[in-house]
Amino acid sequence: MAEKKDYKVVGTRPIRHDGLDKVTGRALYGADFQTVGLLHGRVLRSPHAHARIKSIDTSRAEAHPGVRAVVTAKDFPAVEDKIADLGEGAANVKDLQDNVLAGEKVLYKGHQVAAVAAIDPHTAEEALELIDVEYDVLDPVIKVRDAMQEGAPLLHEDMRTDEMGEKSDKPSNIASHFQHKQGNLDKGFDEADVVVEQEYTTETVHQGYIEPHNATALYNPDGQLTIWCSTQGAFTVREQVSEILDIPVSKVKVVPMEIGGGFGGKIQVYIKPIAAMLSMKTGKPVKVLMSRADVFEGTGPTPGSYVRVKMGATKDGRITAAEAYLAFEAGAYPGSPVGAAAFCVFSPYKVENAQVDGYDVVVNKPKTAAYRAPGATNAAFAAETVIDEICEKIGMDPLEFRILNSAKEGDIRVDGPPTPRVGFVETVEAARDHPHYLAPLEGENRGRGVASGYWPNFGMKSSVAINVTSDGTISLVEGSTDIGGTRAAVAMQAAEVLGIPAESVTPTVADTDSVGYTDVTGGSRTAFATGYAAYEAAQDVKQQMIERAAKLWEVDAGDVQFADGVFSSVNGKEQELDFKGLAARLDETGGPIVGRGTADPNQPGPSIGLHVVDVEVDPDTGKVQILRYTATQDAGKAIHPSYVEGQIQGGAVQGIGWALNEEYIYNEKGEMTNASFLDYRIPTSLDLPMIDAIIVEVPNPGHPYGVRGVGETPIIAPPAAIANAVYRAIGIRMKELPMSPGRVLKAMGKI
Amino acid sequence: MPSKVHVQTTINGEAVEYLCEPRQSLLEVLRDVLHLTGAKEGCNNGNCGACSVILDGCLVNSCLVLGAELEGKSLETIEGLAEPDQLHPIQDAFLENAALQCGICTPGFIMAAKALLDQNPNPTEYEIRYWLAGNLCRCTGYDKIVRAVQDAAQTTSSEVSA
Repeated sequence: MAEKKDYKVVGTRPIRHDGLDKVTGRALYGADFQTVGLLHGRVLRSPHAHARIKSIDTSRAEAHPGVRAVVTAKDFPAVEDKIADLGEGAANVKDLQDNVLAGEKVLYKGHQVAAVAAIDPHTAEEALELIDVEYDVLDPVIKVRDAMQEGAPLLHEDMRTDEMGEKSDKPSNIASHFQHKQGNLDKGFDEADVVVEQEYTTETVHQGYIEPHNATALYNPDGQLTIWCSTQGAFTVREQVSEILDIPVSKVKVVPMEIGGGFGGKIQVYIKPIAAMLSMKTGKPVKVLMSRADVFEGTGPTPGSYVRVKMGATKDGRITAAEAYLAFEAGAYPGSPVGAAAFCVFSPYKVENAQVDGYDVVVNKPKTAAYRAPGATNAAFAAETVIDEICEKIGMDPLEFRILNSAKEGDIRVDGPPTPRVGFVETVEAARDHPHYLAPLEGENRGRGVASGYWPNFGMKSSVAINVTSDGTISLVEGSTDIGGTRAAVAMQAAEVLGIPAESVTPTVADTDSVGYTDVTGGSRTAFATGYAAYEAAQDVKQQMIERAAKLWEVDAGDVQFADGVFSSVNGKEQELDFKGLAARLDETGGPIVGRGTADPNQPGPSIGLHVVDVEVDPDTGKVQILRYTATQDAGKAIHPSYVEGQIQGGAVQGIGWALNEEYIYNEKGEMTNASFLDYRIPTSLDLPMIDAIIVEVPNPGHPYGVRGVGETPIIAPPAAIANAVYRAIGIRMKELPMSPGRVLKAMGKI
Repeated sequence: MPSKVHVQTTINGEAVEYLCEPRQSLLEVLRDVLHLTGAKEGCNNGNCGACSVILDGCLVNSCLVLGAELEGKSLETIEGLAEPDQLHPIQDAFLENAALQCGICTPGFIMAAKALLDQNPNPTEYEIRYWLAGNLCRCTGYDKIVRAVQDAAQTTSSEVSA
């Protein structure tokens, strides 16, 4: 259905609509919200990785001057054991509640235990120290393979493994084991001339958004709750708060403020129900903010994992079989992204004989949350380095290997569905023909690596309303919070339909009472699905405008044409009006026009990318320096190419951080020891070169302009690409992330 | 002893008086007392630069300065950068270069870039990267931010030479 034509707005680079507010400091983020009579809330967190709560005494805190309320898990209503839809993933409501305020046990250091509302933040902090919690400290289990052992400390004594659909009879930390299979694995490996099997470990990493979580809640005596906050999805906040506090969704209004990064980490709620509970107790608005340490220790990172991949290929480069074993840390409650890892691990390739086993395992770490293509990066680190080893053994260029083995439209993936059309070969060719790949890399301890990354993308639900203004502009109301320029990308799709400039659209991200249901800004879906809804809303406006023109000109609507921004009649009475001219005459033809569009598109169109990186390894320090970086990606159609490039560059750099520096470092008590931006080191400007982002456009047939989501894919390839480059540089295959100086020196046998 | 300190200072060229607790940081004073929320809290311990402001010509993290220390000093914040009818060239350059995504780090980066260009109008790419290494951005990968500062340097230095 993708139209192929010269667009007037789509593909251009206008100034984003929210840009001025954001460069002047005027944009209001969640923590910037102020209101009269505001109280300030702070949260007491578990100092232990694993402990039973024997008692909580809040009396001294309640008596502290300036304190207005204290809440604990006892203040929760009883809820049913059921699954809530979080937009990008789902969770058990009791687990959600228990994660917000611990009931019987604390399951990780940083687990929320109690909260205080006071007249100012410092008073609230003082009061936290007056809450007396008695713990019975238990042994923690931190690593996935340790947690899978028999006799490991159990997080949930009543948890039984879901073993491929059957409940096991013994308690375990393994929440589930699933398997995907196709073809004949033994036959496939028999046909191989070369078989490579390796095992890999990755550590817990955090999304690292710069803005900590925040929430201000006001509960009115009529039962109406309002929450102002930063979130990736106002409607999922409404849903979760409603479930956790057992309030009807219609009584919860969520006002999304500007959001300072999310990357998947601002979907699950932590302090929003707490702000609400404190407001219920005090009758006042309560603002709760997290500190940076709270964010690291108390919010969902992405899992550490153990991955084993075995692949076989013929000497002329055909993959004959592939097997993967994926064990992922879910954190304190079930729900790691191992499922997504399983469908991404081999999905770029045609693999007729394959088996993938996935294990979802609880450990004493924060409940994991989505992080940009959740699960795929862990899996690709393994699969894409095994492929590099195969290429080396058979003497084949790794890009030619990828072109040869690329999955074609209709090829069946190991987890069942057929591969949709996606520009894998095109991205590999773009990398192959790029000056970077053509340039020789010289010098000692230097190497070049490549890897690809695949993400299926998501569609999900969006709503958009468009109001026509008499001066020929439109206001566009949407439910998708704007984290990276989506107001512009969505507005531009409506502008294209109506033949008006992007600047003639005023986009607004509305609260949950003011716009139709909209899923989270996540799953790379906003430019795709909310853009689709905007397209539909604009089509609705167009049709209504055609009817108005027909009325004005006293012709049939069928005789009015709209092309290149101009309405014209075609039945002999030559009349013409552009959008602006007709908008000025709405009053005489029936009054206001409101266009509506909803979307739940089922063909999001996967996105795939191929990254090329040059590194230099310092043999004395083990430090890996990125010398040059090029990332290609199929964007389908880039609505605003600058922000598509930005997604590719930013994702690549998050992947570089994951590859080289980032990890939660734990001591033997299961305590994270590096919960600050000084010690959890995300990349700085000085660590990096420019990132060359190459947009490839193979239109997605499931979108009117051919859009594919682009946000998540770029994080997947970097760790594998860098590991492959490090191998070329120093002859050592790194099998652990991050490839920090210490790990590199160790692998080199120097320490 | 009074629980609050009386401070007289200059913010964005205007005389300002306020009361603050001795324990309140400049960032808290800006945000909670004066409602200048352009400076953001990302870490509250000097690692992210989201609260960058210029104090007597020197780039500082406002989370590491006490509010009481502002007495008699002169402070520049993001709120004072634009003229009523015109953005500062660095602000324009950030918009033109799409040098922001979520925007939470943007005020800090713009103040840091201003402090750089005030003292080094023609920085190299390395100098820009070195100077901005105290400001963390998680969205952009820095590419477009560095280009925006390069663009702004060209604009401001050509304005000076013209």
